[in-house]
Amino acid sequence: MAELKKTNEAVDATPNVSEVETVEAATEEAAVQAIEAPVGRGEPILQVRNLVKHFPLTQGILFKKQVGAVKAVDGVSFDLYQGETLGIVGESGCGKSTVAKLLMTLERATAGEVFYKGQDITRLSGRALKAVRRNIQMVFQDPYTSLNPRMTVGDIIGEPFDIHPEVAPKGDRRRKVQELLDVVGLNPEYIHRYPHQFSGGQRQRIGIARGLALNPEIIICDEPVSALDVSVQAQVINLMEKLQDEFNLSYIFIAHDLSIVRHISDRVGVMYLGKMAEIGTDVQIYDHPTHPYTQALLSAVPVPDPQMREGRERIILTGDVPSPANPPSGCRFRTRCWKAEDKCATEVPLLAVPERFKGQDTPAAHESACHFAEEKDVVHAA
Amino acid sequence: MPEKTAATTASTGTETVTTTAAAPDTVLVTKAPKARSLWSDAWHDLRRNPLFLVSAGLIVLLLIVSAFPGLFTSASPRDADLANHYLGQPNWSHFFQPDWFGYDGQGRSIYSRVVYGARASIIVGVGVTALVTILGTLVGMIAGYFGGWVDTILSRITDIFMGIPFLLGALVVLTSFEKRAIWVVILALVFLGWTQIARVARGSVITIKQADYVVAAKALGASTTRILTRHVLPNAVAPIIVVATIALGGYIAAEATLSFLGVGLAEPTVSWGVDVSSGREQLRNAPHVLIIPSVMVSITVLSFLMFGDAVRNALDPKLR
Amino acid sequence: MTIIEETAGVPAPRAGGEASGPLLEVRDLHVEFHTRDGVAKAVNGVNYSVASGETLAVLGESGSGKSVTAQAIMGILDMPPGKIPHGQILFRGQDMLTMSNDERRKIRGRKIAMIFQDALSSLNPVLSVGYQLGEMFRVHQGLSKKEAKAKSIELMDKVKIPAAKARVGDYPHQFSGGMRQRIMIAMALALEPDLIIADEPTTALDVTVQAQVMDLLAELQREYNMGLILITHDLGVVADVADKIAVMYAGRIVETAPVHELYKRPAHPYTRGLLDSIPRLDQKGQELYAIKGLPPNLLKIPTGCAFNPRCPKADDICRTEIPALVPVTEQDGSELPGRGSACHFWKETIHG
Repeated sequence: MAELKKTNEAVDATPNVSEVETVEAATEEAAVQAIEAPVGRGEPILQVRNLVKHFPLTQGILFKKQVGAVKAVDGVSFDLYQGETLGIVGESGCGKSTVAKLLMTLERATAGEVFYKGQDITRLSGRALKAVRRNIQMVFQDPYTSLNPRMTVGDIIGEPFDIHPEVAPKGDRRRKVQELLDVVGLNPEYIHRYPHQFSGGQRQRIGIARGLALNPEIIICDEPVSALDVSVQAQVINLMEKLQDEFNLSYIFIAHDLSIVRHISDRVGVMYLGKMAEIGTDVQIYDHPTHPYTQALLSAVPVPDPQMREGRERIILTGDVPSPANPPSGCRFRTRCWKAEDKCATEVPLLAVPERFKGQDTPAAHESACHFAEEKDVVHAA
Repeated sequence: MPEKTAATTASTGTETVTTTAAAPDTVLVTKAPKARSLWSDAWHDLRRNPLFLVSAGLIVLLLIVSAFPGLFTSASPRDADLANHYLGQPNWSHFFQPDWFGYDGQGRSIYSRVVYGARASIIVGVGVTALVTILGTLVGMIAGYFGGWVDTILSRITDIFMGIPFLLGALVVLTSFEKRAIWVVILALVFLGWTQIARVARGSVITIKQADYVVAAKALGASTTRILTRHVLPNAVAPIIVVATIALGGYIAAEATLSFLGVGLAEPTVSWGVDVSSGREQLRNAPHVLIIPSVMVSITVLSFLMFGDAVRNALDPKLR
Repeated sequence: MTIIEETAGVPAPRAGGEASGPLLEVRDLHVEFHTRDGVAKAVNGVNYSVASGETLAVLGESGSGKSVTAQAIMGILDMPPGKIPHGQILFRGQDMLTMSNDERRKIRGRKIAMIFQDALSSLNPVLSVGYQLGEMFRVHQGLSKKEAKAKSIELMDKVKIPAAKARVGDYPHQFSGGMRQRIMIAMALALEPDLIIADEPTTALDVTVQAQVMDLLAELQREYNMGLILITHDLGVVADVADKIAVMYAGRIVETAPVHELYKRPAHPYTRGLLDSIPRLDQKGQELYAIKGLPPNLLKIPTGCAFNPRCPKADDICRTEIPALVPVTEQDGSELPGRGSACHFWKETIHG
């Protein structure tokens, strides 16, 4: 599949002039070249800086006036390195799915930048944007709604080739689709079937095959297994890990299931109400969490092991997640936090290595947005 | 992993057909591992539905009659023989003979007029439905998919047209034409009738555009045209077809009504509505002149209503 | 605590009706759905029982028949296409399937209440929660509007909805997911039923809220000494609250056990596979164990043991003979109370 990258000349030969508006032809050319350039393993491939997405709340039918905004994502920064899996966890409404949409340029960011190989994709359009879209793909949560029920499996997996014809010549497509089916563990004979003839797990495999078709570098997975049965989840997770090695993919893995995220991720970011609360390697986050929210989240996970469960400290938070339209001042977690003090209501804690752990060679020394960051192991039995 | 390794020899030629928007109903299902689409499932249901079989049979018969009226009668609908046949009574045993249904006030064979009149009804019904479906789907799809001010403007226009009473509107439009050929009647009905389809189309497009598969296509970089023709339209088409078939009967009735009121089709065009209108004059002494074409209109309208109902049930089994 | 009496596939004849017997007993229940493509056998001979104050967790994946069994108990199966060709559902010894509609109505809703997964669609969006809660009292107990409202507030307090008095007039959409689920629990509790069936009550909720709701449910169950049937696919949730577990696969119970025992030593390869396929929170594992193959097609359940095409231990006998749910014993033959396994090779699975 690697040889597909060579067919880029085909794009350059047929520039889509009508769409070129914001970027001049020359700079666009440079952008496309930058996007096509390879990135070394372990180097950042995606850099997200201060990403903000506010959805305006309006009133009135004819003359709309803005009465507020849902601050779905409110200043999120992180890096994704080539070949790694970055897990993003959080509860509903924390903005993790909006982050996925922003990275996919399905939503326009209110502010902030997303650099893909040095190009800010929030400002790209036309050919350069199309090139980015080819390289960043997505796997959706619900395998029942993410496949068009009126299309055959062959048409669904082949659609990326219709949109980016330079990737596979017409006569070659059927073979490519069958190859992809084989790669994701489905019978290549299935290409004439319709999605509803498959079980949930099989459909998710079809979704993954579609994501792989253009040979992308990054795949954003938004809750890819949460709609699947337990016995099938493991199959899909294993498949995704296998594909990552085989095609040298970088994953952003968004999920609410902390156990699965730990299993698949190299690094993990914890989000709360549109902000990143804590980010670090899986060991740092799971075994040495310093943010109270992470600790509460981890302690609440029901563990299928009564012995381990009994030895564990449980932090039960009170109340619900506040509305992102009207988040608390200062630290957003303070309304549910048992450590909250006056400072938390006035000062927004920055995502940084806490002062007390700075310069220390301990797993607790990772970025955490808490004024009173403190290490606490809630996962292992005491 | 694969439970069935047997070759799936399903659907002959489906993959090429599906490139046109609303065509996947041509799936031909063969043996065991079926490539089942919504349409083949619906067909499976319909074949066993007596309501569908009866109505479809009647509709097919009507279509044949209107295409080849000469096959069903030798008499011309315009041959008037006042001397011999003035208001002749029906001879119920003379099947397919010119005097089967009797004669009208000008000595013309009613049976022959019924046969030739079918064409006008079918042309008006099918023509209006086709145009209304195209126009309504287009407006509804654009309004629903793009939303925002486009939707606001198109929806308000739809509302305005919906506010016009159908019959009154048609009367006003048609009286402004001096010569009323069949296409004038069709256009008048389209002018007033497209709103219903537009509403249905808008509603289903709004639901569909939020579906993940549409988002997935956007993420791939698909153009708007592609999203609309490949993803939105094929999924929105089922409710539109249902509403359209049910409305078809209504348009046939509307043509008859307008012709009866004297603003639709007129002599020398042969149409059931025209015959009902002229039969009114001799209602007292020769009711059959009015009743027979009226019954034809009713049967036709009913067939299309039943047909539409059956199709809706088959496409949306949850309704039952 | 009672344990599951019938360990064999056939229902044991038991004198029911006495106060000492189980609250609810399902005997050899079969449910099938007649569809366009054939007969889907959703439940194929299920036996279980719950006593007052006891929590039975029914664990299974989609299509295992766990929810269909509950729907049959509640009488909310869609019939047709659903059909109950065989079986008994005994509430305090009386078979609900053979009693008159009137008698049945008296039990369902009053004596047995159900909590659904999706609280938003189970509540009427155009009526205030206070009205919907009060309706239970007005209809079933004939209370006045005022009394019913007071009772509603009391109930909302009971399920720990903050500022119950102020929120009694609010509409369902004004509450968060966790609060709505509490309202559902309040509605189920309103008539102080003897048994609550909770179908995936926390699946739609966030982890931090899940814990709150589960705790609340457990607490109320203790307080009212109710029986609780908890239907779930989440092995973690079960571990927290259940007394005993019944694992279902393809419409049959494949394993029963007290909760701790099940996790420590599963006696059925399916249970073992499920436990092994969950990633751990406290350490990073290697490749996950995955049960191979697909969940069974209910139109075409494999012959013999339904799990045989996916089972690592499957042998010829598994493809021909349906294993009965037999009592599981210790290696030396001593009894393991409450344990049963429907596997030809249970000995190898638990002791091997």
